[in-house]
Amino acid sequence: MSEETSKAAEIADKWRKKRGSLIMALHEIQGIKGYVAWEDAVMLSERMDVPLARIYEVLTFYNFFKLVAPGKAVISVCTGTACYLKGNDKVLEKFKSELKIKEGESTPDGMFHLQCVRCVGCCGLAPVCVVNGKTYGRMTPEQVPEILEEWKKAFKED
Amino acid sequence: MVQLKINNINVEVKEGTSILDAARAAQVNIPTLCKHPDVDPSAGCGLCIVKVGGRIMRSCSTPATEGMEIITDDAELKQIRKTVLKLILSNHPNDCLNCTRSGSCELQDMTAQMGISENEIIKMVPPLPKDETTKCIVLDPAKCIVCGRCVNICQKVQNVWALSYLNRGFSTKITGANDTPLDRSPCIKCGQCAAHCPTGAITDYDNTQKVFDLLSNKEYTTVVQIAPAVRVALGEEFGFDFGENLTGKIYAALRRLGFSKVFDTNFGADLTIIEEASEFVKRFKANDHLPMFTSCCPAWVDYMEKYYPENIPNLSSCKSPHQMVGAVAKTYWAEKAGIDASKIKVVSVMPCTAKKWEIERDETMRSSGYKDVDEVITTRELAKMIKKAGIDFKHLKEEQADNPLGEYSGAATIFGVTGGVMTAALRTAYFYITGSELETLNFHAIEGLDAVKVAEIDINGISVRIAVVNGVGNVGPVMEQINTALAEKKDLPFHFVEVMACPGGCIAGGGQPRVMGATFDKPWGINDEIRKLRSKGLNCEDACAQNRLSHKNESIKKLYDTYLGKPGDEKAHHLLHTKYEKRDLYKA
Repeated sequence: MSEETSKAAEIADKWRKKRGSLIMALHEIQGIKGYVAWEDAVMLSERMDVPLARIYEVLTFYNFFKLVAPGKAVISVCTGTACYLKGNDKVLEKFKSELKIKEGESTPDGMFHLQCVRCVGCCGLAPVCVVNGKTYGRMTPEQVPEILEEWKKAFKED
Repeated sequence: MVQLKINNINVEVKEGTSILDAARAAQVNIPTLCKHPDVDPSAGCGLCIVKVGGRIMRSCSTPATEGMEIITDDAELKQIRKTVLKLILSNHPNDCLNCTRSGSCELQDMTAQMGISENEIIKMVPPLPKDETTKCIVLDPAKCIVCGRCVNICQKVQNVWALSYLNRGFSTKITGANDTPLDRSPCIKCGQCAAHCPTGAITDYDNTQKVFDLLSNKEYTTVVQIAPAVRVALGEEFGFDFGENLTGKIYAALRRLGFSKVFDTNFGADLTIIEEASEFVKRFKANDHLPMFTSCCPAWVDYMEKYYPENIPNLSSCKSPHQMVGAVAKTYWAEKAGIDASKIKVVSVMPCTAKKWEIERDETMRSSGYKDVDEVITTRELAKMIKKAGIDFKHLKEEQADNPLGEYSGAATIFGVTGGVMTAALRTAYFYITGSELETLNFHAIEGLDAVKVAEIDINGISVRIAVVNGVGNVGPVMEQINTALAEKKDLPFHFVEVMACPGGCIAGGGQPRVMGATFDKPWGINDEIRKLRSKGLNCEDACAQNRLSHKNESIKKLYDTYLGKPGDEKAHHLLHTKYEKRDLYKA
């Protein structure tokens, strides 16, 4: 059992006695790993005595849960009303073409994950993108390659 | 009791009754595509809307309360229902001409009833692939209207948890966990999902063409057998009443289809009883792996192997009746008829979708060196074949089965009903232990549709405790009771347990007809009233049978005397018994 999986086992045991606590357990697992892997779901199923089918009903009902490892840098493109009207759709297209992935996917090297979010709460800066918590306001498609370079460099320095 | 007014008609119903059901008491049918008497309301389809004091509510999930004034139908409700149905139709393929459910489809019927001839809503049918992996049932998500009946049946009624919802909203899909194909999921192939699906989204895996091909291949002698439950249900497809026993007509139809010999699975049921009762008496006396569980139901066997592998030694090692008939046909009968076993093909007509899987279970299903049974078709598929072949089933003259694999007792025919296998086994076990016959051949405590039925039978001063589990979803508490007693080395709650996966038994199996009875309320398909009528059909045959005891079946006696030896002997064991293995809930 890997360290992360044994941690997941601990989480399962912690929540098993409490009815209706599946979502809490899934939250914790995702908090550690960034996503909920099949093995973790199977283990939760066994330890919490919840059918696997039910676990995946919950996992796929809530957009919040991720089933595959997201990239190291998670790019959130806001497609809320203000950002969308201000042209974030073009920014999104630029990210897609630069990274050669669709929204909800990660690059094969695991470096970037692209997702859309609805409003990040700073419409005054629209259009807005957020990468791993860092906010980029008044975005233009031309800024996209710069941002990608910035994060590639940051990971290299790690 | 609560009193209310539905369309200005006074109605009195039990507290907790839904408005939908209360309306029936006032002879008012509210349309629905998702509510079925066997499942909880899912409030999925939105067609059952009514006005409660002017507010629009779903009648399936709103309980009737004192003083309610309900309108079930007016211009506005009609208009809304029509729009809702058009939205459902907008992502359903217009495939009726080619769809196996055409003519018995609830969606098709509802569309006709509401008079929808055109749909201005843009068609968006998601291009989703079929799941045919089980080779027993076919799941076609494109035809699914997400009513939730199958999920409800699979999870809450059967407690199997193979089917589930994936995603949400428009992209909701019915499938295994994380889109696992059904053959790698906990699916036990019972087919109750198919029995409850309102559309063509879940149907049989169709083997009719393979059977037609066998019949036209002169190289083979193709023989057929019918399960007990088939005889009291097939008629529904041809306008007969529910539960009418049409054994003689079915034999005649099978001959006309071109089968060389018409055998009966009931012969196999008698043979099963000889083996199973002998096995039980032996195990009971030796206190060897008790309680013993019946093993005739392949869906139950699959469930045991997946959910209770530690209890596998408790299963009877007997094959199911149709496998026994297959094994005997390719050995004993082949020798008698002077036909090489490789040239014999056995087709089983079953009320069951899991039987399609059973014939491929493991190598013990090829005990003659060839497959015991080559093809399985369901009752529904046989009806299709009879119609396709232009046989006027309704007016056929009754015929007899071919001997020796056609003779059967009353004990055999009740194999198709919950409690029947246990009853048949006890009749013979009693004789084996005491040497005399039971005074009364029925055990009323284990009849009927209760979830778990228990009884204590006195055999020569020895008390035998039995349980009958009606529907695999009810087995959990029984297993817990047993396993607790085993772990604590206490007195066993039961010595002998019958389990049938489908509620009601095989008469309500996943492969049985789903036709509209003029006298029945919608939705179509199975319900407890139909279960009772089909059970009655089989119980009556038993009650009127000249011989009601498996051990008095003369053809079976001869089979042992001239071929098999004694029950459980080497030859009988090789041909008539099987083994079990732990199976994973999810296969990689």
